[in-house]
Amino acid sequence: MEFLYNFFVAPFLDIAGSPVFFVEVVLTGLLTGVMYSLVALGFVLIFKASRVFNYAQGIMVLFAALTLVGLMEHGAPVWLAVILTIVVMAALAVAVEGLMLRHLVNQSEIILFMATIGLAFFLQGFGELVWGSNVKALNIGIPDEPLEFHGVLLSSFDLIAALTGAVLVVALALFFQKTAIGRALRAVADDHQAALSVGIPLKTIWITVWSVAGVVALVTGIMWGAKSGVQFSLSLIALKALPVLILGGFTSVPGAIIGGLIIGVGENIAEIYWGPAIGGAIENWFAYMLAMVFLLFRPQGLFGERIIERV
Amino acid sequence: MPPDTAPDNAVAVAVGDVPLQSAPRDVLLSVDDISLSFGGVQALSHVSFDIREGEIRAIIGPNGAGKSSMLNCVNGFYRPDSGTITFKGAAHSEMRPDQAARSGIARTFQNIALFRGMTTLDNIMTGRNTMMRRNLLWQALYWGPARREEIEHRTKVEEIIDFLEIQAIRKTPVGRLPYGLQKRVELGRALAAEPDLLLLDEPMAGMNAEEKEDMCRFILDVNEQLGTTIALIEHDMGVVMDISDRVVVLDYGVKIGDGTPDVVRSDQQVIDAYLGVTHHEE
Repeated sequence: MEFLYNFFVAPFLDIAGSPVFFVEVVLTGLLTGVMYSLVALGFVLIFKASRVFNYAQGIMVLFAALTLVGLMEHGAPVWLAVILTIVVMAALAVAVEGLMLRHLVNQSEIILFMATIGLAFFLQGFGELVWGSNVKALNIGIPDEPLEFHGVLLSSFDLIAALTGAVLVVALALFFQKTAIGRALRAVADDHQAALSVGIPLKTIWITVWSVAGVVALVTGIMWGAKSGVQFSLSLIALKALPVLILGGFTSVPGAIIGGLIIGVGENIAEIYWGPAIGGAIENWFAYMLAMVFLLFRPQGLFGERIIERV
Repeated sequence: MPPDTAPDNAVAVAVGDVPLQSAPRDVLLSVDDISLSFGGVQALSHVSFDIREGEIRAIIGPNGAGKSSMLNCVNGFYRPDSGTITFKGAAHSEMRPDQAARSGIARTFQNIALFRGMTTLDNIMTGRNTMMRRNLLWQALYWGPARREEIEHRTKVEEIIDFLEIQAIRKTPVGRLPYGLQKRVELGRALAAEPDLLLLDEPMAGMNAEEKEDMCRFILDVNEQLGTTIALIEHDMGVVMDISDRVVVLDYGVKIGDGTPDVVRSDQQVIDAYLGVTHHEE
């Protein structure tokens, strides 16, 4: 009885009792959500262009952050380290295209997926070989102070991180929806051969997309790495992107954004208001449960392409 | 001289009311001694023919004769084992498909290869890809010249949509369209590139009589109004004999006939290939 009360009544009383705190919870959730969107975006970009679920996306986040920290430890100023890391990620894109994708054109999706698993193991080993495997602190000079607006408390770091993420996400969304390159990219995603026949060079598209995904990984790595240190667990935040993708659809950039926000807000609300009734740690599994419920009703995600099978 | 008495090597066979030309038309594409094999299977052996500017050239032959392989060599999907392909005076022993597209070769596919998730309009817009000149940065900004360029291309695409009479399905994702219309959209995408040479791989396969008639009309219109040179593979002999200027016949990867429809129609070797007659004396 008491449990039912704690589960169905108390949370709503709490929300009604302190609306300002509720707003704070939602906003904090949104800020985290932007970061989830960013991770998910890395997956969506590559999935759209090459129908590959890039298992290595999480490791790319770690690898980018490791490279950045490593360069900074060798005395490079932040701006130089960022530029060099972008160059490294672009070089990685060229290598992935030349050594992996090119040889697997027209292979089935599962084979490409297996190839990215291989890539993940390689990158992890290579990153640790070059930069070492100890936990590193990443400080790029973003201030972390509490800010207060009308009684709502927010962290300045979260705010800046979310803004950066939001700008990147919007820029990429426009880039891929509105430009000719975006159209070429969607064409490649639909049919490799047909794309080639209208003169779209697969090579350029793949390199572009993997480079952009590398930059997204770098930004993600900087934001999460600055919070929790650069270490192997950084690559696991990619797992948080899976429920986001299921919610938003694997092929939709807006879907990745909205999905990330829903999960960010949802898990924060669940943790704070329903956590006490269940015993806490909801945020570890809330996203997956939400995704599962979603799968039952909209397997293509919020904005994914409709799945129509003709019989 | 009525067209049906034109000798094998006469060039221009009058189509409709286009006057018969006296001078031979220039060769647009010439295929010289092309051979192609997959493992132990010889798909093409020493095939040579040419396609002249402004003509409709049909490639016919029984199933497995190497017709699609030939087309795939021309647009760069396959790399011939030997031989050269000369397009607009430049000889290639190999060419990547995107290079072929840029040099002015567009094509359609036997099994429709459209971008199924995209609308008719976007599909045809991808055909303009080779015409897009603005660089990545401008496109990324989607501003200034890139935006103007997009509008210009859009105008051209609308013309093609009008031409093919597909205004009503402009915004429909092509995956939902019936087969005949998909074929038409695919033709539209190829036309959007304003190609010098249009390759059509069985443009009428699987169509009903009415759809075939429409497609025939579009092919003839493209050829006459836009002056596009067309090479097509087709199984419907009635259609082939009606619309093409010259016909190449392949059988088991070997060229067994080449000439005007009438010459080909009366060629004993061609008739045998289609009827499956075996010649004991050969």
